[in-house]
Amino acid sequence: MGVTGVVVLVLCLLASTAGADAAKTIVVASTTSTVNSGLFDHILPIFHERTGIVVKPLAVGTGQAIRIARRGDADVLFVHDRQSEETFVAEGFGVERHEVMYNDFVIVGPSADPARVGGVSDVALALEQIARARAPFASRGDDSGTHKAELRLWKAAGVDPHPDSGTWYRETGSGQGATLNVAAGMSAYMLSDRGTWLNFKNRRDLRLLVEADARLRNVYGLVLVNPKRHPHVNAGAGQVFIDWLISEEGQEAIGSLELNGESLFTPSARPES
Amino acid sequence: MQSLSEAFRAAFTLVIDLDPDLIEIVSLSFGITGASLLLATLVGLPFGASLALFRFPGRRPLIVIVNALMGLPPVVVGLVVYLALSRSGPLGGLGWLFTPKAMVVAQFVLITPIVAGLSRQVIEDLWEEYEEQLRSLGATAARALPTLLWDGRFRLVTTVLAGFGRAVGEVGAVIVVGGNIAHSTRVMTTAIALETSKGDLALALGLGLVLLALALGVNALAMLFRELGARVEG
Amino acid sequence: MASILPLEFREVGFSAGGQALLRDLSIRFEAGAPSVVMGPNGAGKSLSLRIAHGLLAPTTGSVRWLGLDAPPNDPRVRHRQAMVFEQPVLLRRSAAANVDYALAVARVPRSERADRVAQALSRTGLARVADRRARVLSAGEQQRLSLARAWALEPEVLFLDEPTAALDPGATRAVEESIAAISESGTKIVMTTHDLGQARRLAGEILLLCKGRLVERAAAADFFESPESAEARSFLNGDLLWE
Repeated sequence: MGVTGVVVLVLCLLASTAGADAAKTIVVASTTSTVNSGLFDHILPIFHERTGIVVKPLAVGTGQAIRIARRGDADVLFVHDRQSEETFVAEGFGVERHEVMYNDFVIVGPSADPARVGGVSDVALALEQIARARAPFASRGDDSGTHKAELRLWKAAGVDPHPDSGTWYRETGSGQGATLNVAAGMSAYMLSDRGTWLNFKNRRDLRLLVEADARLRNVYGLVLVNPKRHPHVNAGAGQVFIDWLISEEGQEAIGSLELNGESLFTPSARPES
Repeated sequence: MQSLSEAFRAAFTLVIDLDPDLIEIVSLSFGITGASLLLATLVGLPFGASLALFRFPGRRPLIVIVNALMGLPPVVVGLVVYLALSRSGPLGGLGWLFTPKAMVVAQFVLITPIVAGLSRQVIEDLWEEYEEQLRSLGATAARALPTLLWDGRFRLVTTVLAGFGRAVGEVGAVIVVGGNIAHSTRVMTTAIALETSKGDLALALGLGLVLLALALGVNALAMLFRELGARVEG
Repeated sequence: MASILPLEFREVGFSAGGQALLRDLSIRFEAGAPSVVMGPNGAGKSLSLRIAHGLLAPTTGSVRWLGLDAPPNDPRVRHRQAMVFEQPVLLRRSAAANVDYALAVARVPRSERADRVAQALSRTGLARVADRRARVLSAGEQQRLSLARAWALEPEVLFLDEPTAALDPGATRAVEESIAAISESGTKIVMTTHDLGQARRLAGEILLLCKGRLVERAAAADFFESPESAEARSFLNGDLLWE
């Protein structure tokens, strides 16, 4: 008797969650920064009202997002690693890359700032100082867009931190938020994207120390998963999403997301791309 | 600890406000765990009982395997189910990935060994007690199977509760196969993981407290049914 | 319907763990008054009963129900003989449900079961506890319930293994009354006991087992008044208590 009730309840729940019409649903493989910054919470309701399409965003690291898209488990790729995105297209998994927006990375660190990088305008120099001071630095270490950007910056600084992995250079192999928690917990420096940082509530004694270097720009791209490679992909709705994001309305929606008067992302879709 | 009192306050506020997102997440948690638990029980109980009662070649290794599977790491299960349900995988055509169905599958894989392994032990103990008498009455092991399942019903409820606890509190499997998508595959544990990654530890803890309270509620209810049942039978 | 009796043991031997527990047992049980098997602890009394009932197979020799020329584990024989053990083993359900279960396993049609359950319970004086959980009944009531359960099956032969060993005198008396009633109703009783008084009260004949062998067999009166073997005399004296 009690069992029948549970069965009915469970079947109803499953039926209701089975809900959305498949033709009007797309899965977007994206990164933690777009989700954790609140971007999707902000723009998706607008898009849904416009088109009736339900977008299901996955917040995983860039590397994982690309692997998911390669397997055909997502319809659209929305990440921030230009090189990987272009390779994705070149290998035939994606149709075309469109730049959509950018934000920037910042270096956050303990307010005590043992490496004295606060206010330094050259990010490569800042990293060099951190390495020399052997100050704790938390790295994503997870093949994500942020991680790859971090590695590029170390290269620019002429430093290879990997031999010191496990001592002052800590690779967490985790997402943005998790790594921020770790950095907060051990008062370490870290490269974070501004959007996630602004939204992050567990800062402890971490402060924003280095910003505005041109090399810290973080560009996001959109790629439709190639229906020729994965026929079941919802290419129609996926393309509608991409077109909207790079349209004036979508770009405005992106740019209007603010926190404490600061814009989290800067729309940057070019008319031709 | 400052976070803890904030957590209580967060939990309290969520519950008092009957936050609609919270209700949605809780319903989904219970729905998914409920469905997988039901399936796991339907499969695991008879399987465990059979393992206890019947003798066949390979029985001993099978028991060892079932016991080992009780300790399956959720994230590993999540990965395997993901690969199976992926569009590039053998069952991709089902289109279940990143939907609650995939989460039910993953939790089913997690809980069934627990239900089977624990019920095997319960039924084995009961069979030791009853075998001689039941054989005397002419009951074979097969005939005795439903009898023992019913006779051991209270101990088996504990078995099922163990399965419930494992499923409702895990995050590794459901986050990989479900994707933690808002209003779609976000359950209590994955919501906690999300708020933690956003650094909102108070809210994460608050959600954790709500989850704990609900699990407590379920166990209390089960205990109540047990008391009532015992009383009804005089 | 032909009776399954007589029951014949033909040179039955049983060994376990390298030890010979029964040796060369040749006995024939006929219909009639209760047969009581006695002997010191470890003599093999319980073992013989379990072999007769079909729960164990002899290591050597054979057991046969001559009425049907069938071995103890033959399905035709299974539901026509029953056994009551020293410790009652009851399911976690009501007293009546326990009796009903035995009938259900024996494939008695549902329409007949209720009456037979009621009859079995009233004959053993358990009608008023019919709906109580069997496990909360007293030891004596539980053992009487085991008897009721066996009686409800209307067996031709009823084996009882030390049925009152765990009971106080009052309960023992009640169980003995039921055993006597079952015997009166036509069922052949084969039981073991170490209680000499009980043997005197219930036995039609006595079989004395020592070290796995049948040492003496006689009508009850003859056995108690003029035992023939040295072991019997020793046993009646209370000297031969265990092997």
